[in-house]
Order: sequence, then C-alpha cells, then structure tokens
Amino acid sequence: MSSLVIVDNGGGNVASVRYALERLGVEAALSADPAVVRAARRVILPGVGAAADAMQRLRASGLDRLIPTLTQPVLGICLGMQLLFQSSAEGDTQCLGILAGRAERFPDRAGLPVPHMGWNQLAPQRSSPLLAGIEAGEYAYFVHSYALPPSPDAIALCDYGQPFTAIVSRGNFHGAQCHPERSGSTGARLLANFLALDA
Amino acid sequence: MRDGVVVKGVRFRDHKIVGGIEELALRYRDAGADELVFYDITASPDGRRVERAWVERVARLLDIPFCVAGGIRSVADAEAVLGAGAEKVSVNSPALADPELISRLSERFGAQCVVVGIDSQTVPGPDGPRYEVHQYTGDPSRSRATPRATLDWVRQVQALGAGEIVLNCMASDGVRNGYDLPQLIAVRAECRVPLIASGGAGTPAHFLDVFQDAQVDGALAASVFHLGTIEIPDLKQYLRAAGIEVRP
Repeated sequence: MSSLVIVDNGGGNVASVRYALERLGVEAALSADPAVVRAARRVILPGVGAAADAMQRLRASGLDRLIPTLTQPVLGICLGMQLLFQSSAEGDTQCLGILAGRAERFPDRAGLPVPHMGWNQLAPQRSSPLLAGIEAGEYAYFVHSYALPPSPDAIALCDYGQPFTAIVSRGNFHGAQCHPERSGSTGARLLANFLALDA
Repeated sequence: MRDGVVVKGVRFRDHKIVGGIEELALRYRDAGADELVFYDITASPDGRRVERAWVERVARLLDIPFCVAGGIRSVADAEAVLGAGAEKVSVNSPALADPELISRLSERFGAQCVVVGIDSQTVPGPDGPRYEVHQYTGDPSRSRATPRATLDWVRQVQALGAGEIVLNCMASDGVRNGYDLPQLIAVRAECRVPLIASGGAGTPAHFLDVFQDAQVDGALAASVFHLGTIEIPDLKQYLRAAGIEVRP
C-alpha cells in the first residue's frame, strides 16, 4: 500500500506535483488502477487539460465510480478540483458530482485575458487545517479558463474580475484551483497541510 | 541556452555564457522571479529537439512555473517536456512552418500550456513602422524575415488556440533602452490572451512603463537579471510602490 497516490490521468502536471511532494520528503506513487487508488492513505487528483478528456480517462479506468466513494483525504488540483464538482461548461461535461457547482468559463472582458494565468491573492473564508499558516493576501499561481463560483464549501476565494473558488474543502474531499506545486512557499504549505490531515 | 549553459546575446547575436542552468534557476527562484522561460536557442535552427534531462532537473528544483521553448515540433515533443515537469511549452519557428501545430498542442494539453513566441522586427516606413515576423532567430546565420505581418500572426495564433503570446521585440532586444512600447501597444490591442513583453528592459522604469502604457500581463527580461544590474526584489518593491500589483 502506498501512503500517497497521484492519479495518473494523462494530465500535464503529474511530474511537477510529484516533485513538489518530493521536496516535502514524500514519495508518491503514480497509478490509474482503482485498487491502488482505493488502498492509498491519501489521493491527489491532478489535472491539466480539458474536462471532457479527463472524465473520459477516469471512466475508462473505472475511477469515475471509485473516487466518490473514497474516505481518505483527496486533493484535486486545478482541473482535478473542477472534476470533483457536478459539471463543467467546458465541453458541457458531467463530472464526479462530489461537490455542488458547475465550472463556468471566465467571460471575455477587456483587461482580463483568458486564460487567467499568473499569481493572484488568496482570501481565506474560514479557518481550515488546509489553510494553516497561510495568511490572507498570500499569492498562489493560477492557470485556468474555467472556474467555480463561490460556494459554502469554498474555504478560500480569489478574484479575477469576479470572485471564484480558489480552495475548497468538504469532508475528506479538498481541492485547489491554484497550482500548489508551483506556488512557492505558499503552495508548499498547502501541500504540507494536506499531508498532515488525519488519514 | 546553448550546449547546456545559459547564454545571452545582443539583438539575437554575439551570445556570451551567463552560467549553469540549475544554478540560475535556483538564483532566480530565490530572488522572487514569478516565472522562468528557458529558450533552447539552437534547437530549431539545428533541427534538434529539446533534451529532456535538464527539464526534469529544473522541475525538481523549482517551485514556480516555468516554460520551455525551442525545438518543439510535435505533440510528442511537447508531451516529453510537459511530462518532465514544465508547465508550458513555447513554440516559435516550428509554428511558423506548421501553424496547425498550435491547434494540435492546444487540443491535447489545453490552451494554457501553449505559448507562442513571436520574434518581431520593426521595419520603418513612410506611413509609420510595420512589424514583421522573423524565424530561426537563435542562429544569426539562419535568422530570416518571413512574409507574415506580426499583427496578422498575433490574430491567427489566438484563433488556432494559443494561450499566451510572448512578443520578442528584436530591435530592442539586449540593448536595455526600454521595451518597444508602440509595438506592444499595437499588439495588445489585438491580443486577448496573456501578453508578455520581451526585449529591451534596462531600468526599473522600463518595467513600469510597459505595465502602465502597454497593459501587458508580464514583463520578461534576461540581460538585466543575468548581469545583476537590476535585482528582482528591488524591482518588485519599486513596481509595488508605483501601484503595480506584484507578488512580494
């Protein structure tokens, strides 16, 4: 049994997530095998790419049925976070349905290029072990065209012409729209907090 | 980068060695750089692909995003670089030879992974300057003008799925007299994806000008940082004091 499994979903940021965990002294296994994922103490669902493509890969491996049943801490990153929700407007895709909400594309507005790409500030909404030691206004790195509106499960928001969910947490399911693996010391803290959650 | 070390030229010529790849990556990470771009400047002219080993070494070290440019001609090339831990790939000469490459990359990895680098030269004319796209600029002996007008190419690459444009203004590159503001303003008007200014930074005021006047999303610089004439923490403090939002 691996203590930490990164779901290998064909996404582009699998390697950078693995290296970020290595910098924290944790060796992660990579797997798309439902049995391996189910046995892990913690699961990270990374994701860079398109929602429809990612869901198709999860369905092909049977992980679409497994992931909602997991009871250990799960962290979705970027697209991986969006997949935890009901649906995405990207390709009008049904997602895993664990969290309530639909990812919508940022509107095309002057002065706010899409994708939203760059460092932006986190606004914590309530205290959470996932946010331990992360102050309001710390910067995290974002790269995305779709976003979840604020919801009761959002523990930190960000603003890009409109507020959106930056970090989400409900029960054992957590998600970061930002890329903790590329968000300097703030991101490392977030990952360390996830690794410290009771499993 | 060339032959495993970081080099910097003036107006895309006379490249001198600046230092080792990992050494510089760590130096800039610690100084507070927000993103690093690694240009393998001889990959396209030589018909080579970017080697993967150093990408992985850099990815293990860096906790900030980085982009790899040079010699990416196919989805498989990009997959190797992204799989090794880079956030983005930047295509330039190969996209000029095969514009559909941009679409293939964007469909496979998402637009946010696909940066199009444009080397643009200013050509003075009686009705004001026009801007033309150059190819194979990494090798002075092969660098050449293309028939493409920069503004047309900016529109086209966005339609094809580019998620970011880095505009390298050749006339101002490496000479540290400031970014090419008129050109960047003209491109900004056509660019709805993030636009990164490149070429010409010499003083902190040049950075302020390009953010304020050309409304770019990022400013890329090499010489001033490689030579130590501007320290990144000082620059960020200066920009913040001037009202530009930057990560501390």
